[in-house]
Amino acid sequence: MNLNLHIWRQKNKDTKGKMVSYQVNDINEEMSFLEMLDVLNEDLLRKGDDPVAFDHDCREGICGACSMVINGRPHGPTRTTTCQLHMRFFNSGDNVYIEPWRAGSFPVLKDLTVDRSAFDRIIQAGGFVSVNTGSAPDANEIPIGKEIADEAFNSATCIGCGACVAACKNASASLFVSAKISQLAMLPQGAAERKRRAESMIAQMDAEGFGACTNTGACAAECPKSIDLANIAQMNREFIGAKLTSELV
Amino acid sequence: MALDSKIPDGPIADKWTKYKFGLKLVNPSNKRKYDIIVVGTGLAGAAAAASLAELGYNVKAFTYHDSPRRAHSIAAQGGINAAKNYQNDGDSVYRLFYDTVKGGDYRAREANVHRLAEVSVSIIDQCVAQGVPFAREYGGLLSNRSFGGTQVSRTFYARGQTGQQLLLGAYSAMSRQVAAGKVKLYTRTEMLDLVVEDGKARGIVTRNLITGKIESHSGHAVLLCTGGYGNVFYLSTNAMACNVTAAWRAHKKGAYFGNPCFTQIHPTCIPVSGEYQSKLTLMSESLRNDGRIWVPKKAGDTRPPADIPEDERDYFLERKYPSFGNLVPRDVASRNAKYVCDEGRGVGSSKLAVYMDFADAIKRDSQKTIEARYGNLFEMYEKITGEDPYTSPMRIYPAVHYTMGGLWVDYNLMTTVKGLYALGEANFSDHGANRLGASALMQGLADGYFVIPYTLGDYLATIGHQDKISADHPAFKESEAVVTERINKLLSINGKFTVDEIHRKLGLVIWDYCGMSRSAEGLTKAKKMVQELKHQFWTDVKVVGTNEELNITLEKALRVADFIELGELMIDDALNRNESCGGHFREESEVDGEAKRDDENYAYVAAWEYTGENQPENLHKEHLTFEYAKPSQRSYK
Repeated sequence: MNLNLHIWRQKNKDTKGKMVSYQVNDINEEMSFLEMLDVLNEDLLRKGDDPVAFDHDCREGICGACSMVINGRPHGPTRTTTCQLHMRFFNSGDNVYIEPWRAGSFPVLKDLTVDRSAFDRIIQAGGFVSVNTGSAPDANEIPIGKEIADEAFNSATCIGCGACVAACKNASASLFVSAKISQLAMLPQGAAERKRRAESMIAQMDAEGFGACTNTGACAAECPKSIDLANIAQMNREFIGAKLTSELV
Repeated sequence: MALDSKIPDGPIADKWTKYKFGLKLVNPSNKRKYDIIVVGTGLAGAAAAASLAELGYNVKAFTYHDSPRRAHSIAAQGGINAAKNYQNDGDSVYRLFYDTVKGGDYRAREANVHRLAEVSVSIIDQCVAQGVPFAREYGGLLSNRSFGGTQVSRTFYARGQTGQQLLLGAYSAMSRQVAAGKVKLYTRTEMLDLVVEDGKARGIVTRNLITGKIESHSGHAVLLCTGGYGNVFYLSTNAMACNVTAAWRAHKKGAYFGNPCFTQIHPTCIPVSGEYQSKLTLMSESLRNDGRIWVPKKAGDTRPPADIPEDERDYFLERKYPSFGNLVPRDVASRNAKYVCDEGRGVGSSKLAVYMDFADAIKRDSQKTIEARYGNLFEMYEKITGEDPYTSPMRIYPAVHYTMGGLWVDYNLMTTVKGLYALGEANFSDHGANRLGASALMQGLADGYFVIPYTLGDYLATIGHQDKISADHPAFKESEAVVTERINKLLSINGKFTVDEIHRKLGLVIWDYCGMSRSAEGLTKAKKMVQELKHQFWTDVKVVGTNEELNITLEKALRVADFIELGELMIDDALNRNESCGGHFREESEVDGEAKRDDENYAYVAAWEYTGENQPENLHKEHLTFEYAKPSQRSYK
């Protein structure tokens, strides 16, 4: 198939970007979307042009590196990561618009590559259980019912790609932050720091400039790992509970 | 330099305990005077960075990713072994040790493997305490499964994404130390050289992948936790950016490279579908518990699988290995898939695939049961291939998955360069010639959480905190100049071939001649081909753009340049080892088509010393003795 691509090109953080059109031909429907972009990049290189920069790594849908908005939707038309989107979902002659995540807290570094270090800083603010290496009790001394363990697992499957932020009209990071808060709030290991964690992580999320959550659910609808919107409800509950009896002064 | 593995004396079960007591300690108030450089933030790197920072050292952690959480450890599916014996089925530290040495086909060091089995139990405790959501039973206790053909259920797992959950655990522990100011994190920063001065590792030279800035970082010790080199094959199950550059630069600065030809080829991957293919996807080998592997009996049979009657199918693993059947070890399953494809009996459009058929299992156990076991894998297969494995058999083919070889390290995980350590897949030490399933995660975390915090202290206490040079030292400036010159050279060639084109060619050569089956004739030919590729690369590669920007082509070019040199060493190593062991099959060393190990002549680790540009490397041998796990020839018939 042949496609008309329209791709956001931006040299670096400090320059203005614009959409640039490219034609790619003889695309095989077995290719992944990123392999289609590899084909474009090889063409550009042979012509001596700058290839399109985009984040990607495992290409198995688990590392969370890939991050593009395709025809207006984070990760494109199917509910997967971009690397797991295949060209059989496109037709010859299609116009395909490819943009980076759009959010003030995710500045564009080049083309489709954005800076998501805000997510790391939110985790650093409290997305952990404080346990030094070597001081853990025997693993089976902490029994956790299967239902709770499974529920915590569902929250833990977040890959930190940021599609939730890109999907949200407010660029809120609530789904990402709430998944971690909920995971650890549900588990006995996380109990000791439960309140402190909720307060610190949410404070950091706000400091990074992410928008407020208005419960539209766009994030959960686009999440490639199906993180549930209920996590945000749990986060709000944790937050209010923590604030009413705050340990942080 | 003679190799000193520093294996402690005494009975195997006491070695580590006694050795730890003999190691020097750094006074708690002095720990803050030491700077430790950790390169790579996967399981080994993140675990080491977190644990060392908790002890009080100053850690600088480097990753080329935008976040430590992207490291390729995240993609491990199956699980992590530990000798907990929670299932009361006869497991023990000794059994895990024994299985690992035997599984490694007697080419691993007994003392290291025993230590690995010992600390495996603490790993599970640590991860659970961090909040890693392992699978559990209804009573709330941890669940185990048997994995990769072992006789006991010792594998802990988190659905099909154990690596992800373990990495996020280690990442969160490291993040806590970042917040505490004890770990300084450098993302999108790639190590391009090791700085050695007065015989000691003093630091590294890096490139900032956004700005291109070349920078020096000095420390008292350098830990390479940089993973394996499977991407030398171009196509592998490794992530796109996985590379050998950090290890290779260290090798060229004096670190010997151990057993580079020991690579693991995983039998159940989704086959290559075309020239554009960028990577291969692994399907968990647990599928072989229920999938029956077959090809048509007749070569060139193009009928769809459903039209091939039962008596015209060859279930070749069941036929050749009646007692293990489809559950033979990875190398045996892979090699036999290659043989039937070489005979022209491969399936699919490329003819480089075999069927893995679940029809009988679905008939026996119901589709619902199979779905509960493998639902996410079947879904992944369908997503990639567009075919439904419930109604037609999967097509699979072997792919490179893991590299047992790596930098040679002693019992302390120190390389032949003082103060330079290698952890996890980056070292050679624990898996011998073949790695067992669910052991990679175990080793990465063992090295990071429970080995290096002890052994590193001994070195630091010996040298003292004043034994450090600053990043302004001429040794750093010299390294920076070499790196800059290399980059300028690559940017100036402006030839005809893209980096990927040359990398793809390199991968094919290594795959064809140094892959599942190797011969002196083929290897000799391949060596010449790799040398030609090296010449082609350095005279005719095309790298566009400048250094002072995010330049994806330049990043790749720097990595591929090192892969080419490594490829040549892999060939030399495979040529030297005229025996078949584990993942290394030499056609000259076989009985009735099965691997024949030669303990008399090859029970050693081959450690290669770099001697100069385009010079043959020197071979050093570390002889292996097996006092406990007595070598026997593997048989699966």
